[in-house]
Order: sequence, then C-alpha cells, then structure tokens
Amino acid sequence: MKDTEGYVTADGRQIGGVLMEMRDITLKFGGVVAINDISFDIREGEIRAIIGPNGAGKSSMLNIISGFYTPSVGEVWYKGSKRPPMKPYEVARQGVARTFQNIALFEGMTVLDNVMTGRLTHMHAGVFSQALWWGKARDEEMENREKVEKVIDFLEIQAIRKTPVGRLPYGLKKRVELARALAAEPSILLLDEPMAGMNVEEKEDMSRFILDVNDEFGTTIALIEHDMGVVMDLSDRVVVMDYGKKIGDGTPDEVRNNQDVIDAYLGVPH
Amino acid sequence: MLADIFINPFVDMFAAPDFLMQVLWEGLVSGILYALIALGFVLIFRSSRIFNFAQGIMVVFAALTLVGLHAYGVPAWISVALTLGVMFVLALTIERVVLRPLVGQPDIILFMATIGITLFLIGFGETIFGGENKVMISSELGIPTGDTVMEPFGGLLILQHLDITVVIVATLLVLALLAFLNYTQMGRAIRALGDDHQAALSVGISLQTIWVLVWFIAGIIALVTGIAWGARAGVSFALEVIAYKALPVLMLGGLESITGAIVGGLMIGMLEKLFEIYWGQPLLGGNTETWFAFVLALIVLLFRPQGLFGEKIIERV
Ligand SMILES: Nc1ncnc2c1ncn2[C@@H]1O[C@H](COP(=O)(O)OP(=O)(O)OP(=O)(O)O)[C@@H](O)[C@H]1O
Ligand SMILES: [Mg+2]
Repeated sequence: MKDTEGYVTADGRQIGGVLMEMRDITLKFGGVVAINDISFDIREGEIRAIIGPNGAGKSSMLNIISGFYTPSVGEVWYKGSKRPPMKPYEVARQGVARTFQNIALFEGMTVLDNVMTGRLTHMHAGVFSQALWWGKARDEEMENREKVEKVIDFLEIQAIRKTPVGRLPYGLKKRVELARALAAEPSILLLDEPMAGMNVEEKEDMSRFILDVNDEFGTTIALIEHDMGVVMDLSDRVVVMDYGKKIGDGTPDEVRNNQDVIDAYLGVPH
Repeated sequence: MLADIFINPFVDMFAAPDFLMQVLWEGLVSGILYALIALGFVLIFRSSRIFNFAQGIMVVFAALTLVGLHAYGVPAWISVALTLGVMFVLALTIERVVLRPLVGQPDIILFMATIGITLFLIGFGETIFGGENKVMISSELGIPTGDTVMEPFGGLLILQHLDITVVIVATLLVLALLAFLNYTQMGRAIRALGDDHQAALSVGISLQTIWVLVWFIAGIIALVTGIAWGARAGVSFALEVIAYKALPVLMLGGLESITGAIVGGLMIGMLEKLFEIYWGQPLLGGNTETWFAFVLALIVLLFRPQGLFGEKIIERV
C-alpha cells in the first residue's frame, strides 16, 4: 500500500492515505525499554487498534503520539511532514485529541465546562477581549457553545450537563472524557482503553459511539483496548504489541491467525 | 469571668445593635480585601502548586509604582494604567525568568523562588522609589473623603466614604474575576489547569500562558488592595502585612478553593473585629487582631485538615 493510496474496508468504507506515521520508535525509561523499534501508520478515516498484554507499551505509544512522551529514537510524521519535538498542548492544537486510561477530567467543573475546554484548541480571541467579553470573544463563546451542545446531544449526556464531573459514575465519566475530546473536532482521536471497567451494556454504548463518530464525522481513531471481541468488531486494522515489540499488524482476521499473537495472548514463555 | 466570656458580649451586642453594625461593617471592609488577596494566592497555587510568598510585596510594589509615577508628574489615571502595565511585565518576567526554568522542581524550590522574588522587589522598589513612607494619591484618583452618618435602631452608624468605595470596588473586582473564571474560555482554562495538569495539556492549554495570566491577575489584585490599604495607612513596606492576613484565610478556606478564599476572607475580617471589640479589648487588653485569625484557623484545622471549603485532594500522575 502506498502512503497516498487508500483501501476499502471489509464493510465497504473508503480509507484514505497516511495521516500519522510512527517510524522506528524506541522509548526507554532508564533501563526499561518500553517501546522497541516500532513502525506503523494510521490512515485517514480508519479505526486503528493497538492491542497487547499489560505493560506491552500501548499507552506509552499513545503518549508519544500525543506529545506527552518524547521518543528516545525515531520520528513521528503527521499530515505528510516530520513533526519536530512538541509539547502536548502544541500537539493538541494540531488536531490530536485524546482520552486517558485513568480518566483525566476536571472533577470540580461541570460536564458542560469540561466539554467546553475541548474547544480551547479553537480559541482565537485574546485574553483581554475575553476579559471584557468583547465582540470576537463573545461570538466565539456562542459558536463554541453551539458545537459543544451538539457533541453533548450526540453522546446523549444532556441530562447531566450541569452536574460536576466528580459526582458522576465511572461509565459516564468515560463518556464525558470522549465528549471533551470530540469537542475539539480533532483530525485524529486517541482513546486509551475507552471501555475498561465498563459493564456489557456500557461497552455496547461506547462501541456504538465510537463507530458513529467515525462514521458521521469521518474522524480517524486510534484506540487501545483489551477486550478482543470489541477490538475485532470495531477496528479496521490492528497493531499488536508485546514487551515493547510489534508482533503483528494487519486486519483483525490476519492478526487473529498470527502465531506470534496467539502465543503472546496464550502466555507462551519468551 | 464565665459571664464575661459567654454572656456579656452578647448582651452588649443586643443592647447596642448600631454599634454591632459598625463593628461588622469595619470587619467587612478588611474582610473583602483579605478575600481579594487570598484569591490571588489561590489562583496561583491552583495553576502552579506555588505558594506565592511574594504576594505581599507585590501589594507594596504596585502602590509604590503608582505613587512614584505620579510623583514624576504622570497624571493619576495614566499612572494607574502604567502601573498595570508594569505588573503585566512583572508577570511575564517572573514566568520567563523564574517559573519556566524551575518547572518540575519540588514545590519547596518554587516557594523559595518566590522568596527570591520578594527580596528582589524590596531592593528594586527601594532603589527606584525610595524607602520612606508616602501618601496614597487618593484624592487625585477621585476616592471620596468624608462620611455618611446613619441612625439605625435610633443609634449611630458612620460609614467612611473611603470604606464604601473600597467595598464597592473590591466587590466588583471579585465578581468580575468570578465571571471571568466561569464564563470565558481563558477562565475555564485556569480552572482546568487547577484540577488536572495532564488533562489540561491534552486540551491544548499552555502552562506558560496561564501562569502569566494568574500572576497578572495577582498583580491587579495587588494594585487594588495597595490603593485601598494605602489610602488608609499610607504607602510603605508595612503594607506587606495585609498579605500575611491572607494566610489564615487560606488555612480556613483551603489553598485550592475560590469560594473558600472569598467566604474565608469575609469571615475572618468580621470575626476578628467582633472578637477584638467584644472579647479582646475588655478581657485581653486589645490588639488581638494580630493573632486572632491564626488561632481561629488553627482551631478549624484541628477538626477539618482540608480547611472549611478545601476541595478533595486530587492525585496527580
Ligand atoms: N512514565 C514512566 N516512567 C517509567 N516507566 C514507565 C513510564 N510509563 C510507562 N513505563 C513503563 O513502560 C512499560 C510500558 O507501559 P505502558 O503503560 O505503555 O503499557 P500498556 O501496554 O499501556 O499496559 P496496560 O495494558 O497495563 O495499560 C511498563 O514497563 C511501564 O512500567
Ligand atoms: Mg496502558
């Protein structure tokens, strides 16, 4: 597959060229090699899963993509050019939104305010016009409110708009976190175990939302997930990691039949 | 003796409600200033985990700059605008020269850095404006003098026009800050950063921008309190003490709570006045205002270590 060429998925969706590419990424923490020379790409419009046993380095990979970690070796390419070292907030402003494995919300703020922070990447009015509630700042606030209300409707959390996030149950928090990321209208959405700790019904809801987001807005999604069933249902292509190495990459079917992957998941000793 | 503590003060309050109102009013005037200063502390602490030791000297520095500029012949209101400019440059400089290089250092190092800022501002202020006492340019700023006498309950209540002005301006500033924090994107960013650093970064919040902003807000607060307190007590390095009055407010209200700072400030302002007049002067020979707030805060902390309004402690990753 060429970088600029797309492909058609099993369910007939057209996937575009390469949006994000990880080239020869290695990440070390002192003596620990969390990621060992991994390359893969994420294409426009696809749902790309990263799977692997605990400690495989999945979250670390997501942290590199979102700028929270800087790789020891390797390059990140985004929208066709090599990305210089960047702070997380700069990456966010380039259209990369994310959620966290251990939910990172603003607990003291309402659901609405949390989702509104998702619009910060689209802020143009200066501090002073905001302080004085001047023309441009005011228009922007209105526009942000409209977009945020749409996201809130989309994820069906209207009923809790004014509730402080700290009071919500776990499953809803996960959904609010997704809402905040979506409000940024990202080019790529990174989800670190969006369904961890959920019951079956909540998982079904979340799966549906992820598919709908991809379908309605064409958002490219990279997600980490442990539940194999979910991964196979949702994703177009899967990267499999184990002990920091990439041991498989392909469609769910290809990956499922890959002997290394089967071994890793059955816990065959290395 | 027990009667003096538990009965007589309340009898006195009921016997002369007009005087009680007078005491509460005066407590309110100080209280709202304590609240403002505490708010400055809280905003900086929430967004950077820094306990800003320099808040007090910023009050002095702002007042000195204002009076100093005016002494050089700059018209009063232009001096105010220029002083705001100076406070903004100060915020920029502190972020660039002190905070940014120290990011990630232990909290105590950052605290020490604010002591450094304090010492620098003392030296710098003295060199440029001189160390001697100065008079606040109250009348040039149009702050009214005189008083209004009222007769509630057939008694007497005297409201200094200066105090009325202070209460109005400080209240407006508090309300404006609350509106800014709650209804603008920048305000949400400040609150967000206080709640969760990682999440804040992930939505595109730049630490540096917020730091400059909260230090500038602290600078604005310093100027307003400097004018208000300076108009009553003169402009000197002693003005610093008003910031130390914010400490018990913070102990009471919690270092992270915006509501706590406001309510705590008002409570301490009024309670310390009440205590001084009804218990301190008759029983302890007066001058209790210097320590009462601290004792009160310590007692509260014994029962609620997170303060009255302390928010849940959020674990950081
Ligand atoms: N900030 C860090 N400092 C030191 N070591 C780290 C750090 N982050 C991750 N690691 C190490 O890197 C390795 C990979 O961790 P990572 O969190 O990426 O795994 P994971 O695949 O997401 O696991 P899980 O499924 O449990 O979430 C682990 O050995 C972990 O201890
Ligand atoms: Mg993980």
